[in-house]
Amino acid sequence: MYKATFPGRFKSLAEISEFVSRAINEIGFDETTAYMILVAVDEACTNIIEHAYGGEGQGDIQCSCDVTEDLVKITLRDRGEPFDPTTVPEPDFSVPLQELNCRGAGLVLIQKIMDETNFESTPDGENVLTMIKRK
Amino acid sequence: MDISTKQFRRCDLVKAEGRIDSNTAPEVRDAFEAITEDGRFRIVFDMSEVTFISSVGVWVLLETQKTCKRYNRGDLVIANVNEKIQHTLDLAGLLTFFRIYDDVLEAVGSF
Repeated sequence: MYKATFPGRFKSLAEISEFVSRAINEIGFDETTAYMILVAVDEACTNIIEHAYGGEGQGDIQCSCDVTEDLVKITLRDRGEPFDPTTVPEPDFSVPLQELNCRGAGLVLIQKIMDETNFESTPDGENVLTMIKRK
Repeated sequence: MDISTKQFRRCDLVKAEGRIDSNTAPEVRDAFEAITEDGRFRIVFDMSEVTFISSVGVWVLLETQKTCKRYNRGDLVIANVNEKIQHTLDLAGLLTFFRIYDDVLEAVGSF
């Protein structure tokens, strides 16, 4: 079990990526899958900083990685605003370029990359995002 | 992060090295804006040394593409994007609005 807490700042993203990278190296994902997991984690942490906390320096992100022989379970915890993924529209790339709005692209990436994604808010004000990727 | 730019007769080349995430994307945006604000709208983005790009980074490219394409003036094209980055971005349709070339010479020659 890997567990660490990072300040909710964009500067933390590279450190979080390195931390998760160490954990998933144990499983031996292929290079592309390992990369994609790091993208999903980056997108999730960016969303926490931007949307849950409403900006940098408002709170921490706790990251834990449970590694088994054939999967990794990554859990991100924050104490910002609760997040309901059903309220985020999927970006529409069929519109003309000038009308394109990219909001929601990070969430689409997370959901397409990971095998399971679950958002929960606990009664004591913690948001828990659990993401699972199988080998 | 390291970003270099080079001006050719028919286009500008931008090369970034390392990780493009929410922390570093503003630096990439500044490099593109320096070119478009100078009235040049044909740009090649060399991604050979880019090791990571998030959707925030791609959004910088899309915003730059909007500027370049406005009034049919120009184009931002991508060169040397590695397979894992391309595969990941394709999952979300994020590369829909770019021409992609295997190498810089070909990309520069497209203008």
